[in-house]
Amino acid sequence: MLRNASRLHACLNGSTSPIASTGCLQEGLVAVRHQATQAATPPKDAKPQKTKFGPLKDQDRIFTNLYGRHDWKLKGAMARGDWYKTKEILLKGHEWILSEVKKSGLRGRGGAGFPSGMKWSFMNKPSDGRPKYLVVNADEGEPGTCKDREIMRHDPHKLVEGCLIAGRAMHARAAYIYIRGEFYNEAVNLQIAVNEAYKAGLIGENACGSGYDFDVFVFRGAGAYICGEETALIESLEGKQGKPRLKPPFPADIGVFGCPTTVANVETVAVAPAICRRGGDWFHSFGRERNSGTKLFCISGHVNTPVTVEEEMSIPLKELIERHAGGVIGGWDNLLGIIPGGSSVPVLPKSICETVLMDFDALQAVQSGLGTAAIIVMNKQADIIKCIARLSEFYKHESCGQCTPCREGCGWLNKIMWRFVEGNARPEEIDMIWELSKQIEGHTICALGDAAAWPVQGLIRHFRPVIEERMAQFAAKNKKTASEKKGTDRVAIAQ
Amino acid sequence: MLPSIVRAATRYVSPSTVSRGIASSTPVLSSHLFVHRDTDYNNPDVPFEFSPDNMKRIEAILAQFPDGHKRAGVIPILDLAQRQHGWLPISAMHKVAEVLDMPRMRVYEVATFYTMFNRQPTGKYHVQVCTTTPCMLCGAEAVRERLKEKLGIDKGQTTKDGMFTLSEVECLGACVNAPMIQVNDDFYEDLSLKDVDDIIDNLRAGKRPTPGPRNGRTCSEPIAGLTSLTEEPKGPGFGLQAGL
Repeated sequence: MLRNASRLHACLNGSTSPIASTGCLQEGLVAVRHQATQAATPPKDAKPQKTKFGPLKDQDRIFTNLYGRHDWKLKGAMARGDWYKTKEILLKGHEWILSEVKKSGLRGRGGAGFPSGMKWSFMNKPSDGRPKYLVVNADEGEPGTCKDREIMRHDPHKLVEGCLIAGRAMHARAAYIYIRGEFYNEAVNLQIAVNEAYKAGLIGENACGSGYDFDVFVFRGAGAYICGEETALIESLEGKQGKPRLKPPFPADIGVFGCPTTVANVETVAVAPAICRRGGDWFHSFGRERNSGTKLFCISGHVNTPVTVEEEMSIPLKELIERHAGGVIGGWDNLLGIIPGGSSVPVLPKSICETVLMDFDALQAVQSGLGTAAIIVMNKQADIIKCIARLSEFYKHESCGQCTPCREGCGWLNKIMWRFVEGNARPEEIDMIWELSKQIEGHTICALGDAAAWPVQGLIRHFRPVIEERMAQFAAKNKKTASEKKGTDRVAIAQ
Repeated sequence: MLPSIVRAATRYVSPSTVSRGIASSTPVLSSHLFVHRDTDYNNPDVPFEFSPDNMKRIEAILAQFPDGHKRAGVIPILDLAQRQHGWLPISAMHKVAEVLDMPRMRVYEVATFYTMFNRQPTGKYHVQVCTTTPCMLCGAEAVRERLKEKLGIDKGQTTKDGMFTLSEVECLGACVNAPMIQVNDDFYEDLSLKDVDDIIDNLRAGKRPTPGPRNGRTCSEPIAGLTSLTEEPKGPGFGLQAGL
């Protein structure tokens, strides 16, 4: 999610006034309506547009061993169709691979949703003699997200093969897979898969007999969420503190070890072989225009059966939860709010969750985001203020400390949010915290500052009455002491 | 002059749940002490040498990086040192600096930045409980309290016998299987309070409880039965495009 989220930022930043929470909602609705009218009048020569999304058929699922029911090693992977005609794909050349990926409409699965085909093609500038690298971002740490873990422990060969194909598309010399340090057992599985692939001649010198040399290395991190940001990841891979770099230069010019580099999410890389084998058009046939493909959704929190599942993009959120996660605990009417894309995106209230589609554009239109598609469900028994306060604590802990607005601001957000949990605050402070979040957002090198600000902004946008009610309750409880304090408070404000 | 000072002072110290002075913010924002203090168990004179096996591993690690970028190995090699010693004393950092031929300060920077490097003695079992929002929604706080009670220590502390260290950590990336704890390298997921007791009792008895979910599922599938992937996977070449 962190990676490149600033691109998302520009679109989310439609909300302006802290007080006009209803106004923001209306803006969102206007955007949806606008989109609806756009969809209703397609150009005359266009194909009739798809209107129903999901459920996906099993034969169209890419991660067929998501639940580890089958052998994850090379033999089992080959039986499920991995490493089939990889040589032919490599021999087609980088132009062909890139055109398939572009045709598929694949957008980065790490959160920002940048078109992958375009990103990979940035690497095909004339060589200046420096080697090029592919770096796979497996530093999965966004609260709510646990999809890459399933890929690495149950389908590691999809990732290894993906590295080879994506690497070929950008003329990379080697791939580094940066896996988070806590995923020790997952890293072991992945390393075994890499070793098997070397032994079978699938990677290494003359990979798959195609005449192309390509290495894959597994690198374990050491527990820092910020290393999920692409330049922080590069710094960490070089053996430094994971502090994001100022861009430009972008990694495609100067990346890891001073060489051109592309950083891509595990899921993005792992679907590349399937796209090449079955064709970009096949992948494109799922989901809405500009949001095509299949996607792994992680549904956690207050649902009856929490699950990681691969589904078609643009599936309605409600259908996704009812079909795969057994519904909200206490029934759909007991729903309070949903964070639709991992902790960094703003929360949505039930009214929006009823109809929203799970894709990049639809969620952006309601001032949230698809992020990593990690759905955190909260029902009416949850204390939503506390949920967001806990996220503020997370960001305070994970801020790298490089930029002042984020380092200091996250501390203050955390402190104020925990007072809001008790209700120990004045209603004006809601506007103050909004201001504070706006001073963090967009004023930092990387997107962690934005990511810390958005959950708080989402809470204020949709749940302001809840916060105010909590404050009123607290004030009533402490009425006596409050009235005693009134005199001194007035002095404090006057000063 | 004097009365006004007294008034100002009482305004900030008056004990009331409603009052909170801006001056009461805590000076320390970090959960760790970054500065090293020499102690009898952690000082530059404590001997540390890599074992011969680990020296071979170091060679293998350094072979992954291009020439001139030896320092890229600092994170994996610090991890090796920690695994060998149980935690990361300053003498191990010095050894790593020597092996990688880099300034000691650069090693300190890395060792203090990443949360997985324990610069204080850690118990044989490092119990880490995730309490970030998705786990919190599923009862991680109760798990944390049970662990505190069961081990008789607060978070950040080690039991007297040196067996357990308890830490409260941020998202460990197993949110669908919440609540969960990590003991050394293993994840224990879908916990009830009884499972927590069970895991700790097993560890105390010297056994390694089976890692993974404890509520009957094998990983992140729905507990009530599969809603997808019920068919056998298709073999190689299924749906192959015409161009290949």
